[in-house]
Amino acid sequence: MSEETRRGRARGNKKAKLRLNPNGDIITLENVSKSYSTGAPALNGVDLHIKKGEFVFIIGDSGSGKSTMIKLLLRELTATKGKVTVMGENLSKLRRRKVPKYRRSLGIVFQDFRLLKDRNVYENVAFAQRIIQTPIKEIKRNVPAVLSVVGLAGKYKALPRELSGGEQQRVAIARALINRPAILLADEPTGNLDPDTTWEIMKLLEKINENGTTILMVTHNREIVDTMKKRVVTMKKGVIISDEERGGYSYEY
Amino acid sequence: MNIRSFFYSIKQGFVNIFRNKGFSMASIATIGACLFLLGVFYCVVANVENMVKNVQKGVSVTVFFDQGITEDRINEIQALIDKRPEVDHSDYISADAAWEDFKDEYLGEYADGFTENPLADSSSINIFMKDVSKQPELVTYLEAVSGIRTVNRSEVTATTLTGVNGFVAYISAAIIIILLSVSIFLISNTVATGISVRKEEIAIMKYIGATDYFVRAPFVIEGMIIGAVGAAIPDIIIYFLYNKVIKYFEMEYQTLDDLLVFLSVHDIFRYYLPVSLIIGVGIGFLGSTITVRRHIKV
Repeated sequence: MSEETRRGRARGNKKAKLRLNPNGDIITLENVSKSYSTGAPALNGVDLHIKKGEFVFIIGDSGSGKSTMIKLLLRELTATKGKVTVMGENLSKLRRRKVPKYRRSLGIVFQDFRLLKDRNVYENVAFAQRIIQTPIKEIKRNVPAVLSVVGLAGKYKALPRELSGGEQQRVAIARALINRPAILLADEPTGNLDPDTTWEIMKLLEKINENGTTILMVTHNREIVDTMKKRVVTMKKGVIISDEERGGYSYEY
Repeated sequence: MNIRSFFYSIKQGFVNIFRNKGFSMASIATIGACLFLLGVFYCVVANVENMVKNVQKGVSVTVFFDQGITEDRINEIQALIDKRPEVDHSDYISADAAWEDFKDEYLGEYADGFTENPLADSSSINIFMKDVSKQPELVTYLEAVSGIRTVNRSEVTATTLTGVNGFVAYISAAIIIILLSVSIFLISNTVATGISVRKEEIAIMKYIGATDYFVRAPFVIEGMIIGAVGAAIPDIIIYFLYNKVIKYFEMEYQTLDDLLVFLSVHDIFRYYLPVSLIIGVGIGFLGSTITVRRHIKV
């Protein structure tokens, strides 16, 4: 079974075929601005092109526009100006009722894990498949498989509060991965973790990236960015001030 | 929504109710109280209506004639009576027939002592009405007809019954409407509390691509379950209480035996059961849908 077919089946999504623009970009921001009702624009004429399979760090201090960018990509917000295209989908023109289906093609990991507290590890991961109405038989097959990828096969019965921060983030990553998304958005995924656990999570994300998933990660962790030598996009006051292949956190902004 | 999501939503609906025990109980109790009152009022109204019907079926007015009236005049009077629009039909009972009936009913073999008909002047016409509420008009009319000595109306005035029934129906409708509004408000609050408790969970669901329907359905089902349980409780109570109350009335008011003809519990439930369930589930659906639309903007 080919990788694409497997993806399609696991996602339960008939339109699993990945659509890229002619340059092979999976995410494109063209002259994107976002203004809120008060204050300066959160994003101001941002251009960004991310290719399929890339691992990109987005760095910048508070108020630099990182979170707004993530929210635009999640289609939680729409751009005031410019065009955001993800997997061939123009998000400004995406109808509200099609947003859930669009979000299913993304994997999302947050700093605070955002697990369902009253459900065990298995249920938290299975939940992402339940909402796309995957047959129970497949869920029973997919959940243990993805839990073993994140190294939590033995803890499927545990509740989130019984897990360490690192383990909770692994559950969140497993949930993000189970529908085999083409893109993983990670908003400070190591923000609440100690250094050792941070590296475990980063190794996991790197492995996921090597398997073909495009990763966009917002972080404040200088050490990670400097060590991993991936593409680094630095933002300040709503604009991109540097975009370097194999970059580092060295840029003083 | 497929069958899996449907069962998932039902399960989550129950989970919500148990998480929110206090509010759920309050809502169930209010709907229960409301539908219990509805049931009680319905029982009263339906039974009184039934009694009115029974009264209407019986003799409403009896006329007796002046002494020495001729058969021809009696026939004329009966023809006049039968022409009245509110009259269904009338029966002429001759003095002999009246005596025969009386003998059979009360005297039996002792009647042999009578050589003449002691009820010689007791021929009468029994009038059965289409519409008992017009009884006073008929009586006034008959009293003016020459040849009629007395007009007896039935002991129970059906008009009073009808009037009382109308009053009970209006009062009960008003009380029920107030209680239904309170129920909708309470269910709405229960669901709103459930939503605020699960705000984070709802946000997570939305982030990972749950549809509006998937997020909202458990809350709507929660409301409908509360409504159904709220309806089932008074249904059960009324079912068991009804016969006891009827027996009590029949024992206490034996003198009104002819009047107190009660409907069976099955007659009552033929209408009350479906109506109460529909109202209960309907209120639950309405209350939760309004709240979910207001509080979950997916």
